[in-house]
Amino acid sequence: MRANTAIGGTLIALLLGAAVTGAFWTPFDPLRINLRARLQAPSPVHWLGTDEFGRDVLSRIMVGAGASVVIAFVTVLLAVAAGMVIGCVAGYIRGWADRIIMAVNDALLAFPGILLALAVMIVVGANKVGLILALGLAYIPSVVRVVRGTVLSIREKEYVEASRVIGNSEVYSMIRHVMPNAIAPVAVLATSMFGWVLLAESALSFLGLGVPPPAPTWGNMLAASRPFMETAAWLSIAPGLCIALTLLGINLLGDSLRDRLDPRMAHG
Amino acid sequence: MTLLSVENLRIEVAASKAVIVEDVSFAVERGEFLAVVGESGSGKTAAARAVLGLLPPELRKAGGRIVLDGVDLAGVSARQMRTLRGPTVGMVFQEPMVSLNPAISVGAQMAEGLGLHERLGKREIKRRCLDMLARVQIRDPQRTFDAYPHEFSGGMRQRIMLASVMLLKPKLLIADEPTTALDTLTQREVLDLMVGLARDHGTSVMLITHNLGLVSRYAQRALVLRQGNMVETGTSRQILFAPREAYTKRLVEALPRRGATTKPRQGGEPLVSVRGLKVGFAGRQRLFRRDAGVSAVNGVDLEIAAGETVAVVGGSGSGKTTLGRAMLRLIPISGGEIRFRGRDVTATMDRDFRLASQLVFQDPYSSLDPRMRVGEIVAEPLRHVPQLAAAERDRRVEAMLDEVGLAGLAARWPHELSGGQRQRIAIARAIVRQPAFVVADEPVSALDMTIQAQVLKLFERLQAQYGFACLFISHDLAAVEQVANRVVVMQGGQIVEQGTRDEIFDHPQHDYTKALLAAAPVLDFAGTAAERASG
Amino acid sequence: MLGYLARRLAMTIPTLLLVAIAVFALVRLIPGDPVQVMLGDAADPAQAAQLRAQLGLDQPIPVQFMHWIAKLAAGDFGHSITNNLAVLPLILDRFQVSAVIVLVAVGLAACIAVPAGLVAAWKQNSLVDLSVVGGATLLLSIPSFWLGLLLLLLFGLKLKWLPVIGYVPFAENVWQAATFIVLPIATLTMVEIGVLTRMARAASIEVLRLEYVTHARAKGVPEWRVLARHVLPNAFAPTWTLIGLVLGHLLGGIAVIETVFTLPGLGRLLVDSIFARDYPVVQGCLLFTAVIYVVVNLIVDLCYPLFDPRVTVA
Repeated sequence: MRANTAIGGTLIALLLGAAVTGAFWTPFDPLRINLRARLQAPSPVHWLGTDEFGRDVLSRIMVGAGASVVIAFVTVLLAVAAGMVIGCVAGYIRGWADRIIMAVNDALLAFPGILLALAVMIVVGANKVGLILALGLAYIPSVVRVVRGTVLSIREKEYVEASRVIGNSEVYSMIRHVMPNAIAPVAVLATSMFGWVLLAESALSFLGLGVPPPAPTWGNMLAASRPFMETAAWLSIAPGLCIALTLLGINLLGDSLRDRLDPRMAHG
Repeated sequence: MTLLSVENLRIEVAASKAVIVEDVSFAVERGEFLAVVGESGSGKTAAARAVLGLLPPELRKAGGRIVLDGVDLAGVSARQMRTLRGPTVGMVFQEPMVSLNPAISVGAQMAEGLGLHERLGKREIKRRCLDMLARVQIRDPQRTFDAYPHEFSGGMRQRIMLASVMLLKPKLLIADEPTTALDTLTQREVLDLMVGLARDHGTSVMLITHNLGLVSRYAQRALVLRQGNMVETGTSRQILFAPREAYTKRLVEALPRRGATTKPRQGGEPLVSVRGLKVGFAGRQRLFRRDAGVSAVNGVDLEIAAGETVAVVGGSGSGKTTLGRAMLRLIPISGGEIRFRGRDVTATMDRDFRLASQLVFQDPYSSLDPRMRVGEIVAEPLRHVPQLAAAERDRRVEAMLDEVGLAGLAARWPHELSGGQRQRIAIARAIVRQPAFVVADEPVSALDMTIQAQVLKLFERLQAQYGFACLFISHDLAAVEQVANRVVVMQGGQIVEQGTRDEIFDHPQHDYTKALLAAAPVLDFAGTAAERASG
Repeated sequence: MLGYLARRLAMTIPTLLLVAIAVFALVRLIPGDPVQVMLGDAADPAQAAQLRAQLGLDQPIPVQFMHWIAKLAAGDFGHSITNNLAVLPLILDRFQVSAVIVLVAVGLAACIAVPAGLVAAWKQNSLVDLSVVGGATLLLSIPSFWLGLLLLLLFGLKLKWLPVIGYVPFAENVWQAATFIVLPIATLTMVEIGVLTRMARAASIEVLRLEYVTHARAKGVPEWRVLARHVLPNAFAPTWTLIGLVLGHLLGGIAVIETVFTLPGLGRLLVDSIFARDYPVVQGCLLFTAVIYVVVNLIVDLCYPLFDPRVTVA
């Protein structure tokens, strides 16, 4: 499945390229309103056309890529870091503390992630930081579950028992033997999570509960295109295509990572 | 009359064209019992599956001719092949836990083959199934018929499997390591049943095995394979007692032999002693109650002198592995006491005891951390040796690796090594700190025969050199006979008999010990059973 | 069986309690005075005091919580602030719309995905397998709301086969109602086919490697029967669990689809209430979704032994 890696890698490289370039340079000012140039179809000047305020769609897409990448990356980092700590602690101490942590965790898991994020958004408000916090919190429980499960299974491995026999302390065995071997499943999970977060972020923005306009994100661009679907279809096509291609890239990379690190880990 | 003839068989990996089986030819006569002997990677399983036309998708038959019951399989359609599978050739698989479909009742699985190949009424099918279940000595055929496979132990499942295959009265039965996953007593029972059934139906048997003891006991002829090539073929008597080829000789010599008699050590305090040791596993905690627990070790008294090797033998569930773990204080004990050099180490984990004791595991694939290099693995125990300079530590690791015959492999990863090499690493890790007491839990049973012999020899040499005491846990009586000074026989969590090696092997007292010894597949120097039977 | 049901129901209590606490805390955590937020700046003090009393906000928090729970237990989810309708009937009314779409979509997706995954696994690494996996991964990567927009663009605007905006209840006109929900169902079906096909394929590959499949073949069982009788039942068990998860997540994420197709479903009600700061309805929607999610998982668990006799409910 080398094609997976190649196609996925190319798509993600394109995404990162667009995001980084967009941070420094865009063909037009993505926020400048020019009512005389509104709803123009794609042309040599505006490669992807203009929107209802005459703003250049390509520029907005590039800036939106940056927003998506930053939000998804920070969110995944947050969820993985917090989930690793909680999951390791739960898997390490076991007993009653573990049961309480897992009861809360399972309760959170028994709740659709996007609804959890929605609930948090109501409290913290629709903005970038709120979005990261909301999505981060929503995805911590799945990381906790994977990390704890992995830690528990690795703890029972004979090489960890061997470390105990050698006279190493539990904490040392945990850091030297358990944690390094728990990285692989977490890496696979983090990759897929990047995709889920990106999708959730654009869905929330699409609903008007994400990054507020005029700052462009792919989700809110798509939402804004809805009334102009008949007259300006390109407005609906470009941002959605960007989301889809990014997700495709992540899914393909995730597959090849999974095949390499852990061929037996089931899809879920 | 030849039932199966295989000529110049060649099997390749479909993608890479790597050769799995090359130029293998053999024949099975009607009513004959042929053993196909080989170690891992010999291609014995692939060759057998080619006969059924059931190679795994990554392999393909690249050449050769297979004629089964007068039919050349090359010109046979998929549909015709299916009519051959079952009534002409049947197969019993190695892993009883995964070879029956968990979602279908035992009866339905048995009936399936019969319904496909014979025109019979429902009642007649069921009657034949019940008869066959009774024939393989399953106590309650009616209940078994309606039950699901997960309700049975490995031995019972293998009987069900055998019943389901023999129901179709195949002309050829291929049995791929059918008893390797079972313990010694069950192995004997299942194989005796298989041979009996085959004789009743005039079925030829092709037994794929790594165990020369089974060849000696059951087979008339044997075929030896190595790395996809034929080494030699002949009567099992000739193969076992007058092997022509060097590899066959090595295989036969690899069988453990009784070592030189060592006198039991006299006097002095025992190094490790346990008295009244009990280990119980608590039952599962349910919402409102706790399930009844089980006691794995129930009142064991045992003494091990310095430098002595005490073997613990017993079937699965006898508590031998639990005893070893409990003596190292790796699992909590629920009663009794453990003493080390006269000190009571039961209540608190004694640091001296921990540093002076070691464990060698059965499975060399899971006992080495996959993310550490070989050198790091062997060096790790030296962390706890006080005031050891880095240079000195490296020297000791290097010397230890040299000792186990793996000099220069310090920078390798475990996955780059073979099973035998990995087990040497595990032994090096156990010995590098020069322990006084080593528990070896089935240290060679996951290895190939020739590798087993090498590793056992290595272990003996190291023990002579470093003088550690050893608790050698094993189900393999031949290995025990080679290395043990004393033998302890366990059953149901208790010691039923103990004594010096010669006492136990030559004059067993307890019935269980006698049964174990009788079931152990050893070379029968008086001539093979099959030859005696046939005349 | 009944004992298992009782235990399994007992296990959902902590989950539901936690959800209830979270939903209750939600309104308290919103910065500022909820009454002020709900009524806006122009509210007169008398009106504010009345709403405060109506919501019970003038009492200590634990009392408020107990009071709220007691009312919930009696089926009283409170009243909407915007139109003073009782929340529970409102939710139930909207839920019908969402439930039909989600159930039909998941059912259709499973009917397509499971055979597709099975065949792909059977012909692993063949052209058929590659196209199934490729197609599934592609579908998995398309955001549902964008796919919905594209379908709307094609069938609503370009071909003009189906209406673009609106909804007619089934009770009024079955045929017309169907024209409004066919696109949302198609969208969700396609998206879920991606997830389910990949799962069904992975599970089938695992099963096909097991000895009992070879055992069946060694008995002379024809391939179609091997697949239908030996592989499918065993591969379906993990897929079945995933179907439960998918149902729950769809219910959670239904708002986007309902926004695209302007359907008056539960998700749209939730989002509209968030914008209208109609917190009793928001609380009601969140709680209701959680309960549905728990119930769906319960049903999935209870049915699991049908596919795997190793799991007993005794």
